[in-house]
Amino acid sequence: MHAALLEIADDCLVLGHRLSEWCGHAPMLEEDLALPNMALDLIGTARGLYEHAGALEGKGRGENELAYFRGEREFVNCLLVERPNGDFAQTMLRQLYFAAFMEPYWRAATASADPVVAGIAGKAVKEVAYHIRHAGEWVIRLGDGTGESARRMRAAVAALHRYTGELFESSPAAGAAEAAGVLPKRAECRGEWDRVIGMVFAEAGLEAPAVSHMQTGGRQGIHGEALGHLLAEMQSLARAHPGAEW
Amino acid sequence: MTETPLWEVFIRPRNGLAHKHVGSLHAADAALALQAARDVYTRRGEGNSIWVVPSAAITASDPDHADEMFDPTGDKVYRHPTFYEIPEDVGHM
Repeated sequence: MHAALLEIADDCLVLGHRLSEWCGHAPMLEEDLALPNMALDLIGTARGLYEHAGALEGKGRGENELAYFRGEREFVNCLLVERPNGDFAQTMLRQLYFAAFMEPYWRAATASADPVVAGIAGKAVKEVAYHIRHAGEWVIRLGDGTGESARRMRAAVAALHRYTGELFESSPAAGAAEAAGVLPKRAECRGEWDRVIGMVFAEAGLEAPAVSHMQTGGRQGIHGEALGHLLAEMQSLARAHPGAEW
Repeated sequence: MTETPLWEVFIRPRNGLAHKHVGSLHAADAALALQAARDVYTRRGEGNSIWVVPSAAITASDPDHADEMFDPTGDKVYRHPTFYEIPEDVGHM
């Protein structure tokens, strides 16, 4: 069961770390607070999931061991969340794609057979609902904004849409958790995701491209080059000072 | 971002209290201003309701006119409700 929780925990940690990279670099002060706010939501969710996964695994690994002392091939996040921040349009679209999946996912998980998972879901569902709203408003304004912003938004869609198919893929670990009623079926989030993305894209004047081949492999630990760099930065402090407390 | 409009933010800490001015921020429109207000000014549970108002919509008194605007009230102590005897039974008011 713990392996299935790690997949979602890794999604949240990696995307949370990506957002934290904006801290101090956002285009305006207001976003410089909004982006780390979302990062902290996601990292908070990841912490709860790691702690629970570690307890279920029963090998004495806690959140720090799971976050900082696993290598790239042991991370089982989907590829979307590890994609580099790119420009602001790309960051906001990545956030919308992910949040529009997680909102129905956490909503269904509030009825989990595992009360800890249900508790995490109850908190997270409100947070990701806000992420949809925040990212969605930006995607609409950039897509339907100036010539430059619309061009960048279209480029973001062209760069990221191919990573959305993996969101709905199950895995052997997830399949077991789904069968036990602990985690929701990812494929069942598709309808709500299509509805939200369709609504935002219609207002933004964007079109979802027909992608013949969706990129996948993250759940098997097969990642792009980007994740290695992210982990190197994220894990270096903890690995240089094992057991340090902060 | 110099052309991005300025907004004034008002937060109500609890039901039954009034919205109170907490600061200002920049946002392109009202919906984004509301989100920015949430992200900038309610990170520590400061409130449960937000108003945003375009700063340009506020008409402010002129500091140069402060003498004529505010000084005349200075000697009218009878406007304060301090000349009433409050019966003991009423208790704290």
